[in-house]
Amino acid sequence: MPLRRADIFGVLTASGLLLLLALVLRGSGPDPAEADRLTRLQRLVTEAQLTDLALLTEARYTRHPTQADHFAPFQDHPLALDHFPSGMFWSPRRPAP
Amino acid sequence: MTGWCERQRNILDVALASLRRRRGKNLSLLVVYSLTVFLGASVMFYSAGLKREARLLLSAAPELVVQRLSAGRHDLIPVAYAEGIRTIRGVGTVAPRLWGYYYDAVYGANYTVQVPTLPPPAGEIVIGPGIARLRKVAAGDLLPFLSYRREDLLLQVREILPAESELVSTDLLLLAEADFRALFSFPSGVATDLTVTVRNPQEVATVARKIVERFPDTRPILREEMQATYAAVFDWRGGLLLVLFGVVLLAFIIFAWDKAAGLSAEERREIGILKGIGWETGDILTLKFWEGTSISLTAFLLGTLLAYVHVFLLQAPLLAATLKGWAVLYPDFRLVSRIDAFQLTVLFVLTVIPYTVATLVPSWRAATIDPDSVMRD
Amino acid sequence: MIRLVEVRKIFNAGRPNAHAALDGVTLTIRRSAVTVLKGPSGSGKTTLLSLIGCMARPTSGRIHLHGLDTDWLAPGEESLEITSLPERFLTGIRRRAFGFVFQQFHLVRGLSALDNVMLPALPTGASRAAIAARGMALLERFRVAGRAGNLVEHLSGGEAQRVAIARALINDPAVIIADEPTAHLDSRLSAEFMEIIATLRSEGRTVVIASHDPLVYAAPGVDAVVVVRDGRIGESGSGRTP
Ligand SMILES: Nc1ncnc2c1ncn2[C@@H]1O[C@H](COP(=O)(O)OP(=O)(O)OP(=O)(O)O)[C@@H](O)[C@H]1O
Ligand SMILES: [Mg+2]
Repeated sequence: MPLRRADIFGVLTASGLLLLLALVLRGSGPDPAEADRLTRLQRLVTEAQLTDLALLTEARYTRHPTQADHFAPFQDHPLALDHFPSGMFWSPRRPAP
Repeated sequence: MTGWCERQRNILDVALASLRRRRGKNLSLLVVYSLTVFLGASVMFYSAGLKREARLLLSAAPELVVQRLSAGRHDLIPVAYAEGIRTIRGVGTVAPRLWGYYYDAVYGANYTVQVPTLPPPAGEIVIGPGIARLRKVAAGDLLPFLSYRREDLLLQVREILPAESELVSTDLLLLAEADFRALFSFPSGVATDLTVTVRNPQEVATVARKIVERFPDTRPILREEMQATYAAVFDWRGGLLLVLFGVVLLAFIIFAWDKAAGLSAEERREIGILKGIGWETGDILTLKFWEGTSISLTAFLLGTLLAYVHVFLLQAPLLAATLKGWAVLYPDFRLVSRIDAFQLTVLFVLTVIPYTVATLVPSWRAATIDPDSVMRD
Repeated sequence: MIRLVEVRKIFNAGRPNAHAALDGVTLTIRRSAVTVLKGPSGSGKTTLLSLIGCMARPTSGRIHLHGLDTDWLAPGEESLEITSLPERFLTGIRRRAFGFVFQQFHLVRGLSALDNVMLPALPTGASRAAIAARGMALLERFRVAGRAGNLVEHLSGGEAQRVAIARALINDPAVIIADEPTAHLDSRLSAEFMEIIATLRSEGRTVVIASHDPLVYAAPGVDAVVVVRDGRIGESGSGRTP
């Protein structure tokens, strides 16, 4: 008897879910290599006194959003559209919670 | 129990057969749906990864940065302020920070030029991997810079920062204070800003307040605020997610609408026949539930798994393009492969459940027709 | 035995276009016999069949089923009054006690003949293999086993008819209900259909057919012909019982 559609579907779906579960578990366990990497990078951040991620290097407020003037709504405002699309991702520095 | 199970399997069989019958329509639906989930999941994994990096890396950032303002704009701060700040109770150390931007007109790139706490000897620099890539230099090479006095300044590359640090260092140019001042003709006695350490971390906000009281033209920036800025950018409601999720949701609403608009005459006829030959309303709803669920669950699995590959194995080429903006220099980084159950739950709730509900409602209406209607057409 | 007492069915009750499709029908349908409902178009035959087959409820009056599977009967009870049963029970009875053959056969297109035959049994929770075996046996019995895997839209009229009968029998019902089963068949196929009906009767099944086709109501093996006219039962005579 050929395999039933329902069973094929069940097996495929279950293996997909298991794979997803495995990926979740893989990311949640302790990872010494990852801990080492973080220690090294945190040392660099401290030594170089960095305050920002180097994600967007095109303008001051995208390179250093934490140091930008949040009350200067004109040319330096993070929502200025002169650097579309990246300019619109950045919102001004948030006050600490 | 086995009866229940058997019944579900039997009905699932019929559901799959009926999906197969409308193969073209359902395949295209599956593709669009998977794509929607894929985009949503990619954005979510990517921004969560960046948010995590920002939080962990910036936990090592200066506790407090003090800027000086002049006419509402950032201005250089006199180093003398440091002495005054040092006398505030609770303050540990105060150090001037020298940093700025160098625009490389030849390559059209911006470098972040900074003097670290342990600077290289004068005449030498440590550069980020992005600059090394752009300028095609290796350790030991000489790099020419044009100073603000229009003089050539030759600096030797002492070291290139490791590739793993791209995310914070790609455009970084670390150099000695003398070179910094020579490059920018930076006046002595001032700094870009000051970094302050506080003895008791609990008192950072108090110290910041006292600094503003003592020096009204300054603006302190707390480390927590730096982290909050990035958390906000990559947050739920943050710009990146909002924009991309808006698009995703729009696409989603379009086909949920299409589904909610009703069943085809063919589907109605089938429901009528099934009712006529003895299927209950509940059986038909189970059938429609499985039809909807097998599409949405498949799309969910395909979408999330593809997004995982896209973001963590291929470094998110589709999203990186948006993030790169117009910059010439951008980090070439690899996010830590990490997804969590919460993200998946949110994705599931946002994509699978509305679709299932949207398909069940019209089916429910069709399923409650009188069984005898099959006898009259 | 199925007994209808003073059954009325009013469509659109309470509205200006209210229409009494059945108006006080009292009728007994004998067990293990073939009963044909005969009458002009619009007389209420289909409506009557749907009431007998638990597909709809009468507006008033009672319908009793006798000698059914005892599952639904309380001990000591020997007939079941179906008009007051909740929908779920009604569907359950319909599924187990009745098999339906529709005028257009109403096979589900895109499914194979065997899949169609299996459909009514799938929600019962029986194993698919068992249902498939039963379905194959029925297809063999009606000499269409060779077409089991074919899509129903590719079947000839006669084959479709036999598949439809097989589907009606998959749950082994005590009663077969057929509405104008020969309307789209030529006389040879109609005669063949009535032969099959005769074999079902000989198995002890009760058959109720609505038809104004002489090939049906005049066929040998028809035990009773009930004339329906304007929602009422006219003179009823017995068919030519062998
Ligand atoms: N759902 C309905 N709503 C309103 N009127 C209905 C409905 N179903 C049937 N009728 C009416 O009830 C009457 C009886 O219909 P029924 O279908 O039972 O007749 P019939 O004897 O089967 O006719 P035919 O031989 O043409 O099939 C008809 O006048 C029909 O218009
Ligand atoms: Mg009729």
